[in-house]
Amino acid sequence: MLNIKNLHAKITDGREILKGINLDVKPGEVHAIMGPNGSGKSTLASVLAGRPGYEVTEGSVTFDGKDLLPLAADERAREGIFLAFQYPVEIPGVNNMYFLRAALNAVRRHRGQPDLDAGQFLKAVRAKLKELEINDDLLQRGVNVGFSGGEKKRNEIFQMAMLEPKLGLLDETDSGLDIDALRLVSNGINKLRSPSRAMVLITHYQRLLDYIEPDHIHVLSGGKIVMSGDKTLAAELEKRGYAMLDETAA
Amino acid sequence: MTSPDDSLDTIHALTGEGYKYGFVTDIESDSLPPGLDESTVRFISAKKQEPEWLLEWRLQAFRHWLTMENPDWAKLKVAPIDYQASSYYSAPKEGPKSLDEVDPELLKTYEKLGIPLGERAALAGIAVDAVFDSVSVATTFKSKLNEMGIIFCSFGEAVREHPELVRKYLGSVVPQGDNFFSALNSAVFSDGSFAYIPPGIRCPMELSTYFRINAAKSGQFERTLLICDKGSYVSYLEGCTAPMRDENQLHAAVVELIALEDAEIKYSTVQNWYPGDAQGKGGIYNFVTKRGACRGDRAKISWTQVETGSAITWKYPSCLLEGDGSVGAFYSVAITNNMQQADTGTKMIHLGKNTTSTIISKGISAGRGQNTYRGLVRMQPKAQNARNFTQCDSLLIGDRCGAHTVPYIEVRNPSARCEHEATTSKISDDQMFYCQQRGLSKEDALSLIVNGFCKEVLKELPMEFAVEAQKLLAVSLEGSVG
Repeated sequence: MLNIKNLHAKITDGREILKGINLDVKPGEVHAIMGPNGSGKSTLASVLAGRPGYEVTEGSVTFDGKDLLPLAADERAREGIFLAFQYPVEIPGVNNMYFLRAALNAVRRHRGQPDLDAGQFLKAVRAKLKELEINDDLLQRGVNVGFSGGEKKRNEIFQMAMLEPKLGLLDETDSGLDIDALRLVSNGINKLRSPSRAMVLITHYQRLLDYIEPDHIHVLSGGKIVMSGDKTLAAELEKRGYAMLDETAA
Repeated sequence: MTSPDDSLDTIHALTGEGYKYGFVTDIESDSLPPGLDESTVRFISAKKQEPEWLLEWRLQAFRHWLTMENPDWAKLKVAPIDYQASSYYSAPKEGPKSLDEVDPELLKTYEKLGIPLGERAALAGIAVDAVFDSVSVATTFKSKLNEMGIIFCSFGEAVREHPELVRKYLGSVVPQGDNFFSALNSAVFSDGSFAYIPPGIRCPMELSTYFRINAAKSGQFERTLLICDKGSYVSYLEGCTAPMRDENQLHAAVVELIALEDAEIKYSTVQNWYPGDAQGKGGIYNFVTKRGACRGDRAKISWTQVETGSAITWKYPSCLLEGDGSVGAFYSVAITNNMQQADTGTKMIHLGKNTTSTIISKGISAGRGQNTYRGLVRMQPKAQNARNFTQCDSLLIGDRCGAHTVPYIEVRNPSARCEHEATTSKISDDQMFYCQQRGLSKEDALSLIVNGFCKEVLKELPMEFAVEAQKLLAVSLEGSVG
């Protein structure tokens, strides 16, 4: 589904952050990308989502057989790439429900489906809330306005559920969450796993992986994937710290 | 009670038909050559067959105008205007004959704004037979208004049919010599609208909603007089979301509102005159004086405006809160894009006890636009316990535009309270990316963010107007994000 080959990218000040990433993600798989601060994890998510301010200098990314890199951020989103933000931004005065309906209809139009009217949309919202076992207290508020850290992340997961992407990129979704919020959010993510949907979890800590069991774990360091393995890799990392990377290299 | 003849006249006045007939005498006459002196004023008055008192009134205004100077205190760069170079009386020009002759760009904009097909032709200036639908709608509503004793007609007709009302109220809120442009308007005003709501009557429809086409032909020097008698209510809509071009670069309208005891007037404006091209060439200069007087206790006046057009906007819809417990409000969205300049705001003059006013102003600057909020809140010595709340928010798009806030607060009564809040923000790249990452195009994302910013004002607009205004905001900002 997602094929990344020798991906190099730099930021506007010219520093190269990604230095040859190779990654293959198949439908239904959950990949976790771990690594120390500054290793390029969030940059990878940003580059895949098409965030302005990054320049790809080498390599290729295909998504569902399509060349992803020439597409604008909104086109990638409509193709089925969803980024759950580490820091979701506030949009004052824009009702959360209204925002989500506009987004969903944009995605649906791209898929050749008809727009949902207000009634149909509300019905779909209720069904998803029930499925994810979350309550509706955020829906009538401004997009992320005054949300707590936990509420913002919950809202991201809810948006992902509504937009039904093929690929979910979750950027440090566990950061800033207390244990209850972490459980709630992880539970939502687990419910969204499906044979046709892939997910890439970007995380700094192993604790998210206590709740979500990945199929593959990769360790990113210095802009490259330096180690890949199954879920047992996380436990080992937890035990020995990222310092083990140096030992392995040595 | 109105006589059957009266009501027939009023029906005509409000339908396209009436408007047409109202101008018959004008059409037959030639245009005046450019230039402005006393004979110009006399000519206009004579053409309109006005009574002596009105001619005197105009002349008084004209003589006063001669002693006045073009105001220069606004934060606007205006090239000198040669008042002798325009013609102050001209027969309407013939428009295009069919939609095929209309600028396709204009038609595209109508489409984007969702203007009904039937109205597009009329808006583009095509001869009136195209507007049959709206005319019949207008007639139906017209007879209903008449039954209730509501007078709604052209200003010229009001002078003929209801001289006592016109004479009593004309200039009572905006005196002839109030300012340079109101004096000019008082001397040479062409026509405009007049409405009177009798005591205790709630006007059942938005006045002028169905008269978009008439509004589209608004003159260069319009004069509006709106009187709400005791305990009555009216919601009045002015303007049009469709972009309007005009041969006349200078527009100087005057609007006067009078609300008596317990009466309420809601006045909504959507203004989208030609703003000039991206380099700032052409474009309408809009110098408007709008003021309402809450002349009785507990009277209410609210101004809601969405200003997206004109090269230059100079406009301060104001409230004189004379009656005890009277209420004034000003809700404004002003957009400047490309080379547009706007200096707009309000004046809330608290004269009576327990008067309250609310000001919500949203300024949006894009391109190289300059947007200034200028507002005065004055609490006079007798304004015991008066209160004001002001909120001024500015939104910047890009890095070449400007936003300015100039509040004047004068408090002469120790029990009065004023609150002023102001914010300036920029649409962030993060907000744009967030919206786009959810699948929204750049244009939709911008429109969503801007509409969110303006929400508190847009919700004050009547429903159908609000929907169009939302689309208009998006259209006005097209191309402002790279």
